[in-house]
Amino acid sequence: MTDAGSSGWAEHSIHEHLAHIPHARALGVELMDYRDGHCVVRLPYAEQLVGDPDTGVIHGGVITAVLDNASGMAVPREGLSPEQRAIATLDLRIDYMRPAEPNMDLIVTADCYQITRSVVFIRATATQNDGERLIASSVATFMLGANRAAPPGFSNPGEPK
Amino acid sequence: MKLLRELRAAGKGQDMAALLERIPYARFLGIEVDRKGNELTMVLPFQDHLIGNVALPALHGGTIGAFLEFTAAIQLLFDTESERLPKTIDISIDYLRSGRPVTTYGRAIITKHGRRVANVRAEAWQEDRTRLIATAHGHFLLTPVGE
Repeated sequence: MTDAGSSGWAEHSIHEHLAHIPHARALGVELMDYRDGHCVVRLPYAEQLVGDPDTGVIHGGVITAVLDNASGMAVPREGLSPEQRAIATLDLRIDYMRPAEPNMDLIVTADCYQITRSVVFIRATATQNDGERLIASSVATFMLGANRAAPPGFSNPGEPK
Repeated sequence: MKLLRELRAAGKGQDMAALLERIPYARFLGIEVDRKGNELTMVLPFQDHLIGNVALPALHGGTIGAFLEFTAAIQLLFDTESERLPKTIDISIDYLRSGRPVTTYGRAIITKHGRRVANVRAEAWQEDRTRLIATAHGHFLLTPVGE
């Protein structure tokens, strides 16, 4: 694993970042590998994540949540200003290939494949069994510099206070 | 599917609350259903563990995506008798606004209902029905009763 450098995100801070996402903690997401623009997380199987009680298969929504989480963490941070680092998900499209096997870890790998001044493009896959079993793949786009705390004088009249 | 068959046998084939109660992940998220006649509104009461960004604070994008997926699948089950839970083939989620730490509502409409595949649109909002926080559209694989 690599240190993302002074302008990026050191490994300890990405661990801390993940630890401060309540929903990721509730799901049980663990960081496996990280470098700027690349992220691998593990989701251990848990009974509370089951979507089909007859088969014990976890719900598709769980996979959505972990793909979303890993994709956000794979947004590169090196060379970005603190303002630009405030990101917002624009969209996330997921293709489900096959159900996840019960009682097995789910591994999600996310990579940035394009970055422009304001938009980041991330691909991710969810696999099992050492990458042999492809469960789902996704593409996501993120907006950079999406700080919602509007600067003074820029408050949106329609926005609830 | 055993679960759906049992619910139908108990005369609860259309009781989506009873179905959600039996799905562990629906309980984990705390999803409820509000039925008025033949209209369903899915309800996601706020809980701390649904948060993705503590600084804003905002709901986790995955929470909203999962909620929309449930909204679509439950609407499908409500509209058609099915042997199994619909399987998601793909889903595409547009995030429009950050989800605030309050109750979220969802509704879905089936735009095309084929024999094997259904095309569903879903939307989520919070205090104001006209200010959607996210929309989704997806394809679901169906198993009609008797197959």
